[in-house]
Amino acid sequence: MIPADLRLRLLAAVLLVLAASQLAHLGPALAALALALILALAARPDRALWRRLRHVEGFVALLLLTLPFAVPGAPLLTLGPLSASLEGLARAALLAAKVTTAALVLLALLGTVEPIRLGAALHALRLPEPLVRLFVLTLRYLGLIGDEARRLREAMRARAFRARTDRHTWRSFGNLIGMLLVRALDRARRVEEAMRLRGFSGRFPHAALAAPTARDWTGFALLTGLAAAALLLDRL
Amino acid sequence: MAHIPDGILAAPVLIGGAVLAAGGVALALRQIDDRAIIRTAILSATFFAGSLISVPVGPSSVHLLLAGLMGVMLGSGAFLSVLVGLVLQALLFGFGGLTTLGVNTVNIALPGVVLGLALGPTIRRTTRPGLRAGLAALVGGLSVLGTGGLVAACLALSSPAYAPVASVLLATYLPLALVEAAITAAVVGFLARVEPDALRPAA
Repeated sequence: MIPADLRLRLLAAVLLVLAASQLAHLGPALAALALALILALAARPDRALWRRLRHVEGFVALLLLTLPFAVPGAPLLTLGPLSASLEGLARAALLAAKVTTAALVLLALLGTVEPIRLGAALHALRLPEPLVRLFVLTLRYLGLIGDEARRLREAMRARAFRARTDRHTWRSFGNLIGMLLVRALDRARRVEEAMRLRGFSGRFPHAALAAPTARDWTGFALLTGLAAAALLLDRL
Repeated sequence: MAHIPDGILAAPVLIGGAVLAAGGVALALRQIDDRAIIRTAILSATFFAGSLISVPVGPSSVHLLLAGLMGVMLGSGAFLSVLVGLVLQALLFGFGGLTTLGVNTVNIALPGVVLGLALGPTIRRTTRPGLRAGLAALVGGLSVLGTGGLVAACLALSSPAYAPVASVLLATYLPLALVEAAITAAVVGFLARVEPDALRPAA
C-alpha cells in the first residue's frame, strides 16, 4: 500500500498529515487513527522507531491533563475550584487521536527512509536547489561532526568533567560548542576548496529518479483517497 | 518543547506560519552564494550536534536551541539552518511535525535572527569582553524567551482552551533561557578569542 517511490511517499505523507490535522470530530479521528495504526504495522518499524512515539505523547499528556479543565461544559469531576467537563474530555481525546495519527503516518511513511536518499526526491519535487543542496550537505557532515563531538566529550570525561547545574558546566559546554564551530569552519574552507578544485561551477549533481511505477501510483491514490474520505466523513 | 507536533494548531496559524517561514527562507536564499551554502550547511550540522547535548538543570535536563548563536553567526541564514534542523529532527527522531514545519521554523529562527541583527554588530565590534559576554547572554536568553512566547501565542491563537497549556509551556522555557544565556556567552567569548571572523555572517 505504501508507494516505494520517494516522491510519491513524501507527497502522500504531507497530504495525509494535513488531512489528519484538520479533522474536527472524534468518530472520523478514531477511524483515521485505526487506519494509521494498520499502516504503521504494515511498514514493520523496529523497536527504536516505536520508541519515537513517546516524544509525541509528552505533548499529548499535557493537553489531556489541562483541556478538560479549560473547556466549559457539563461538569464531570470537580477538584476544588477546578471542574473537568465532558466536552473538554472529548476535545482532549480528539486531539490525542489526531496527534497520534499524524505521528504514526510519519513513522509508517518516512520512518524507514534513509535521509540521504531524500535529496534526490526533494530536488525532483522542485524544491529550490540551494535548499536541497544545503540539506544534503548538512546531512553529509552531521555524521562527521557528531563523531567529533563524541570525541571531545570523551576527552572531557577523561579529565573528570561531570555535567552539573553550575557555571563551570556552562562554560565547559560553551568551549565545547565553540571548538566544534571552529573546526566546522575549517572543514567548510577545505570542502569549498576541494569542490572548486574539482571544477564546481554552481551546479550540484542530484541523482535522477526512475519514473514511479503503476504500483506506486495505486498506493498513492489509495492513501490519498482514504485521507479524502476521512475528511469528507468529518465534514458531513 | 519548542517543536509543536502535527494535529494541534488551527489551520490559519499553520498557514500563517508557513507563509512567514517561506518568506524568511526566500530572503535567506536570496542573500546566500555558493560558498556560503557550504559554510551554512556545515555550521547547521554543528548546531544540530550541539543541540543534542543534554544540559542538566537541577533534577531535569534541557537541550539547547542555539538560535541566538545562529542569528549572530549566520544572520538571516538562521532560517535555513533551523528549517534543515527541524526536517532532520522529524526524520531522524520523529520530533515535531510536517504541517508545523513552517510555524516551528518561525518560532525558533525569528527571535534569533532579529536579536542577531540587532546586537550582532556591537558583539563583533566591541573590545570589552564583559560587554560582549553580556550582549551574547542577552541574545541567547531573549531568543529562547521569544521562542517560548511565539509557541504560546501559536497555541493561544489556535484555541482559547489551550491557554493553560501555553502558560505551563512558557514556564518551562525559563530555565532553558538561563542556561542558553550562559552557554551563548561562553561560545561567543571562545570564538572572539580564537577566531573572531566566525562571528561574521558572510566570513
